[in-house]
Amino acid sequence: MAKQSEIRYLTPLSVDVKKKKYCRFKKSGIRYIDYKDPDFLKKFLNEQGKILPRRITGTSLKFQRRIAQAVKRSRHLALLPYVTDLMK
Amino acid sequence: MNNYETVFILTPVLSDTQMKEAVEKFKKLLTDEGATIVNEENWGLRKLAYPIEKKSTGFYTLLEYQAEPNVINKLELNFRRDERVIRFLTIKQDKFSLAYAEKRRSRKSQKQDAPRFTSKREVEVVKSEAAVEEVTSKVESEVKED
Repeated sequence: MAKQSEIRYLTPLSVDVKKKKYCRFKKSGIRYIDYKDPDFLKKFLNEQGKILPRRITGTSLKFQRRIAQAVKRSRHLALLPYVTDLMK
Repeated sequence: MNNYETVFILTPVLSDTQMKEAVEKFKKLLTDEGATIVNEENWGLRKLAYPIEKKSTGFYTLLEYQAEPNVINKLELNFRRDERVIRFLTIKQDKFSLAYAEKRRSRKSQKQDAPRFTSKREVEVVKSEAAVEEVTSKVESEVKED
């Protein structure tokens, strides 16, 4: 047992254990993003109500465009704010 | 014929009947133009995320309908002319949103058995009131026995 752990220590695993980002829409099979559901859209906004970039959420380009569209529609209908502080 | 959905916000200064009247007006306009209304949802008085025309609340209504494209122009013209409407948005439903809308409708019809806006708390209040009534009736009967 001790030997095994020693071996493991001597050959360190690659530090590359970053969690891979994925597109949640592709994964869960969501085809349409609803602008009438502000609580769901809030997942893609920061505290100031800005749309989060793809590099943070991991959304694919196709669905990032649809999120942006839905958020903008939602803002027009005053379901989401254009500007705010401490939304969550 | 295309599928459309429209959400519009009415001013909160209207009374309940006035609000319903306004909704009826637009529904009538649609049906007169040969549109068939698929779904109507009344979200009631909601808080706006930011003030519109110095108002912080509004009556939201969602209409889903099948109509010819030229009907939309007439409808939106009427929205603009009507002072009671403070915001509106019309969207053409593509195949994905159409599927989503159908799902949403079926979910809603299931929920109608259990009303959407009665929170757990309200249910508890009702229950506790019933319990109180039970206790008082028991006490009264005991008093009578004495």
